Order: sequence, then structure tokens, then C-alpha cells
Amino acid sequence: MGNLLPDKSRVCATTGLPVCNSAQLFIKLNAVFGVVALLIGVTAAFLLALTRWETVALLEPANYYKYLTVHGLNMLVFWILFMEMAILYFASTSLLNSRNFSRALSWGQVVLMLTGFLTVNYSIFMDRASVLMTSYVPLRAEQEFYLGLILFAVGALLGCVNFLGGLFIAKRDKTYKGSIPLVVFGALAAVIIAIFTIVHGAVALIPTWLWSIGVLENAPDGAWYRMIWWGFGHASQQINVCAMVSVWYLMATLTTGSRPLNETVCRVAFVLYILFINLASAHHLLVDPGVSAPWKMWNTSYALYLAVLASMIHGFTVPAAVEVAQRKKGIGGLFGWLTKAPWKDPGFAAFFLSLLIFGFGGGITGVTLGTHQINIIAHNTLRIPGHFHMTVAGGTSLAFMGLAYYVVPLIFQRDYPARALARIQPYIFGFGIVLMGIGMTLAGSLGVPRRHPDIDFTGAQIPPHLGDAGPFLAVVGIGGTIAATGALIFILLTVYTVFLGKSNKGRAMTSWQKPEQDRLTKSLITTHWNPEEEKLRPKGTLVLTGIFLASFAVYYFANWKALVDVWPVK
Amino acid sequence: MTEHGSIYEVPEGQEEPSDKAWLQRLFDNMWLLLALGFMVPFLSYTVWAWVELLLAKKAELP
Repeated sequence: MGNLLPDKSRVCATTGLPVCNSAQLFIKLNAVFGVVALLIGVTAAFLLALTRWETVALLEPANYYKYLTVHGLNMLVFWILFMEMAILYFASTSLLNSRNFSRALSWGQVVLMLTGFLTVNYSIFMDRASVLMTSYVPLRAEQEFYLGLILFAVGALLGCVNFLGGLFIAKRDKTYKGSIPLVVFGALAAVIIAIFTIVHGAVALIPTWLWSIGVLENAPDGAWYRMIWWGFGHASQQINVCAMVSVWYLMATLTTGSRPLNETVCRVAFVLYILFINLASAHHLLVDPGVSAPWKMWNTSYALYLAVLASMIHGFTVPAAVEVAQRKKGIGGLFGWLTKAPWKDPGFAAFFLSLLIFGFGGGITGVTLGTHQINIIAHNTLRIPGHFHMTVAGGTSLAFMGLAYYVVPLIFQRDYPARALARIQPYIFGFGIVLMGIGMTLAGSLGVPRRHPDIDFTGAQIPPHLGDAGPFLAVVGIGGTIAATGALIFILLTVYTVFLGKSNKGRAMTSWQKPEQDRLTKSLITTHWNPEEEKLRPKGTLVLTGIFLASFAVYYFANWKALVDVWPVK
Repeated sequence: MTEHGSIYEVPEGQEEPSDKAWLQRLFDNMWLLLALGFMVPFLSYTVWAWVELLLAKKAELP
């Protein structure tokens, strides 16, 4: 069994994969801290959704900024990065038939990230850091806020080093044949992106921290800070994209028995992410005066489109692999593979909804809003959070929830209770996020700003005229409340399972699928078969791809029309 | 489930495409990927913008 010692590992009764005891411990710790961060972020989401719903207007402006800071950091940084650390431990051990690289590094990762997480939340809740996630200088938080973020980032860096060490010893000890598996390759891509991200975080936050404790007299230059900070802030979301795509491939296999159609193409797509996806940070500086138009256009259009190409490759290969697996089971018709998919399996439902919401909702809006010219009519409006809630929440968070429906029974060795509720949870969360995203997009199209508690700028003498945005903001409030309810159901179910769920030690986890579905899926997983057979061609996915490209074209050119309406070209 | 072969192994026939050996070498070299993954965005995004910010003239009041 690779380099694993029998008394320090076990074999998973469900997947047959080896589980290193040391890695299992750190997977558990990171997953638990991640869910705690999610709970804090979701609680803040309730309050924020009911504030932007103008007729409810729950929070006072000062509290709005406080809870927006809580929400942003817990959802975009803490929940996601704790879960990603769990994925890294799993990928570098179970999938490589190898042991955890270093227990000392792993403890360093957990302790530093936990300390950072607690410190930052303490600072915000004590009203010492209502500076939003971006903490733009010269806005100044108390010093422990920056220190907490730095500690968290250093902890994450230790996790990345431990992962690279894990790959090194697995290769040295020849624990696997050929190349590393695709899911591990995706995790490697996420780690490489993470290292770029963390370095930028350190470069932006260390001088800011020194300024906050009085060592430096002046705050860092605002333009410089924004540029470096977004090398951290946006790039951290690209780690999410990479980890999410890896989870898609993993969940596609676990829930349908699929295999990647072409390993080389999938890996090329990950390499395109590694090389180009971090250039997307430039989107945030598209209206900044300090950097030139060539820099903006090269980074956000020409070069970044290679990363967009990568997303479209994954967006095709993942559903195509599912379709081919379904056809291999004997399911025919153009969309029979979809209608007869295991939709009552929350692992499948969450991952496939994540793929659809990320592609149709987040992807199309992201590329459009990231276009230099179009951005001028969307910058800092609610359209931007409308976009990234569909990528990060509807995409990454939903995919991670789907992963949890398998990881918790496999690693914590306890089965989920209230299975009917678990089966509908991904739909509640996904529906809420889509509704909220649409509301934000439409309100933003009327000019409603982001990062503001109301649309009349808190009683400004000359309020802006933002049309009839009220109903769209109600949609934001309703959608946000539904999504937060869905997330809360996930948290309650998962916490209950972790501590009180029925043990499945010594046997396979209770399957989410019907016995026949489960048997066919396991049969595909355990036998070698060729996904490139002529009769298995993914025709349905090709039709979906055509619909996607048509939607993309319509949305893209509608936005150019909107731009022309604002600045007519004569 | 690994009794008959792991789901995470590269499918047979796709392990080492001989006509794309250089690509396979790139895939298998995590240190080269790490170096490229850091340097490409660092030069294109960070260094280029940093130079532009350093060379920007201070705005004068009207």
C-alpha cells in the first residue's frame, strides 16, 4: 500500500482508497473550521440580504459595513480556504496512495489559520475593523486585523508546502503509476495559484500592518495597494475556481462513474489556468487612472481569454464525461443522460447545479463585465456581486457542499440523517443564489451601487435617480434569504452528522442513490472501459454547449448595446 | 473498489502520448509549473503595473 504504514492508515470500505490517519485528522479539523466560518458568514448574509431589501432595511449603515466585512472574509476567504486545505490533504494522500508529508507542517497550518481566523473575527465583531474585505488604505483597521490575515495566509502557505512535499515523496516512493491523477493535478494548479496569491497578500498587508502599529509613518500608496491587494483578493478566488473544477471531476466520478474523456486536454486546461487566470485581478483596476489602457486590455482581455478558454474546456469535458458514463449504462436519447441522472443524490445535484450556475450565471457575466469598455457601465454596481455570487457561492460553495455529502461519511465515518432534507438542500441553496444573482444584476443595471446599505446614499441631499430598482432589490432580499436558509440546512445537517450521525465504520457508507443506479455507477468505477467509443459520443452536451454559446453572444452584445446607449458613437 | 483498478489512474492508452512528450514532461514537472505559474502573472500583472505606477507623474491641481 504505497508508503503507508498499516497501523497508521485504513482502507475506505466504500471507495477502496487508502486513508492516512494523519491526513484524516487534518481533513477533519479543516472541514470543521470551514463549516464554522460558513455559519458565521451565512448569519451575516441573512442580515445583509434583509438590509439591501429596501422595504426591510434591517441594519444601520455602521452595522452594515461591519457585517459586510464579516460576510466577505468568512465566505470568500475562511470557509473556502479551510475546505481547500482539506482537499489538499485528501488529494496528496488517498489519491496518491501516500502518507501525509509532515505532521509538524500540518499542525503549523491548522494553528496559524485558526489563530488568524479567530483574530480577524474578534477584530471585526469588536468594531475594530469595519473596513470591508478589501481594507483599502488609508482606511485603517486596528493592527490585529492585518496580523490575523497575515497569520492565516502563512498558515495556508504551510498547507501548500505540505501538499508539494506530499507530491514529492509520492513520486520518490513510486506510490502511483504514470502521471499524477487529474484531480491531484487540479489541486496542484490550485496550489500554484495560491502561492502567487499569498505572496501578494503578504506584500500588501505587511506594510499596512506596520503602518497600523506606527512603525511606518504613512499608509502605503493607494494605487500601489489596490494593485497588489487585488493580486491577493481576486487571485484567492481563482484558487477556488481550480479547486472547484477538481471537485467537479471527482464528484462526476463518484456519482456517475465517469472518466475524463481526454486527460491531455483536461490537463492543458489546468495549465492555462496556472499561466493566465491570475491576470483577472486587473478587472478591479479597470477604472483606475494609474495604469494604462494597454495593461488593462492585455491582462483582462487578450491573455485572460486563454483562462476563459480553459473554463469552457472544463465546462464541456465534465458534463460530456457524465453523459458518456450514462450512455455506457445503456441510457439513450439526446438528454436521457440528464433526465435519468441521480438528481436525488445531493452530491450529484450540488456538483451539476454548481457547474450550470458557474457557467451560465457566473461565467457569461464575468467575461462580459471584465471587458474594458463594458466595465465602465458596470463597475462598482450590484452587477459585480451578482456575478461573483454565482461563481463563488453558486459555483464553489455549492460544489464543496456536494463534496461534503461524500467526504463526511467517508472521512468522519458517519452517515447523514434526515436524508430527504439533504436531497433538496442543493436545490434550495442553488435556487436562492440564482434568484439573488438575477436581482443584483438587474438592480445593478439600473446603477444601484455595491457596498452601500441603501440606494439613496443614506439621505444624501441630492440622491441619485436609479429608476425603479426597488422590486429588484426585493428579489435580492428574498433570494438571499432562501440561499442563506439552504446553507443553514447544510450546516445543521453536517454538524449533526459529524457529532451525532450514525456510524458506518467497517461498512460502506449508505448510498445516496437507488440500488440499481448505485450498482451501475460502481460497476463503471471498478472496470476499465474506453470513454471514446463511437456509440458513446456526447451529443447532448454538444447541444448544451450550443445553447451556452448563444446565450453568451446575446448577453455580450446586449451589453455593447447598453454601452452605446450611454455613450452614443456618432 | 481498487481491486480491479483505481478510478484515479490515467486510462490505458493515454498515459504517455509519445507525440506529445514535451507536454507530458511539462505536466509532470511541478517545479517548472510552479515557476511558470508565478512568473507569467507576476511579470504581466504585477511588474508591468508597478513600473507604470512608478513612472506616473503626480497630478497637478487645476
